[in-house]
Amino acid sequence: MTIGLGHYLTVAAILFTIGIFGIFLNRKNVIIILMSIELILLAGNINLVAFSAFLGDLVGQVYALLVLTVAAAETAIGLSILVAYYRNRGSIAVEDVNLMKG
Amino acid sequence: MIFPALFFYLFSGVCIAAAVMVIAARNPVHSVLFLILAFVNAAALFILLGAEFLAMILIIVYVGAVLVLFLFVVMMLDVDFVELRQGFLQYLPIGAFLGGILLIELMLVLIDWTIGPNVQQTIAAPIPPAGSAFNAEALGQVLYTRYVYFFQAAGLVLLVAMIGAIVLTLRHKPYVKRQNIADQIARTKATAIEIVKVRPGQGL
Repeated sequence: MTIGLGHYLTVAAILFTIGIFGIFLNRKNVIIILMSIELILLAGNINLVAFSAFLGDLVGQVYALLVLTVAAAETAIGLSILVAYYRNRGSIAVEDVNLMKG
Repeated sequence: MIFPALFFYLFSGVCIAAAVMVIAARNPVHSVLFLILAFVNAAALFILLGAEFLAMILIIVYVGAVLVLFLFVVMMLDVDFVELRQGFLQYLPIGAFLGGILLIELMLVLIDWTIGPNVQQTIAAPIPPAGSAFNAEALGQVLYTRYVYFFQAAGLVLLVAMIGAIVLTLRHKPYVKRQNIADQIARTKATAIEIVKVRPGQGL
């Protein structure tokens, strides 16, 4: 009953699928969509760290660190766009974001 | 050694259950709290894998900063979340269909795979043997020497994100009086004072 690389990859694959599923399920709510993106990035990080641990290479962890940085930046920008949009429109429904539609 | 396997199943089970609740919870505040639970359990998985530094970063930076930022925004915006929930069941079939296809594809990849024969020769920065160096120390030895440009690039990404967030959310209300130091310094005697000669008996 040893835990191998495949176990971790399975967990990451399930998390990734839940993230994708969440984007479809909560089409109207930008906040949940941002959280689903966080889940997807977490799945990627689990993959990177699992490969790093089982292959004995530290570079995977370095790369996971960079992914964390980019995810934090993406969250900050996404939430500030959300706040700016809420100030202008008084709503965060995705369907209302059609001002630039031709 | 049954304990590592037991803890793996505990942490991964809670992580996946929390992730399901993130997308299924009715209240977005509950979603954020479940996301925190998922990230804490993912950090525990990282500890099981021997990546202690990343686990601590995940808890401190992610749970401590990013998810609290989520919580702030969810609570600050006064949004009617019941209205946003409408159409939830409408998108359920297509979401389940695409998610199912994706999961099946990923599982098919996971069923049959092998690590390439030449991988052991191409390791760029081997993990030091247990007991010789801590994970944070080993990571720092690699990150600050060989991958220092990537480290700087990550810093630049954060800088740009910070500037972008400030630019997007900063606004000057026109009716609030602020101190404008440049205007104050630029004042001269000629622009600040107007000398009015009042003639006796006439006034202004």
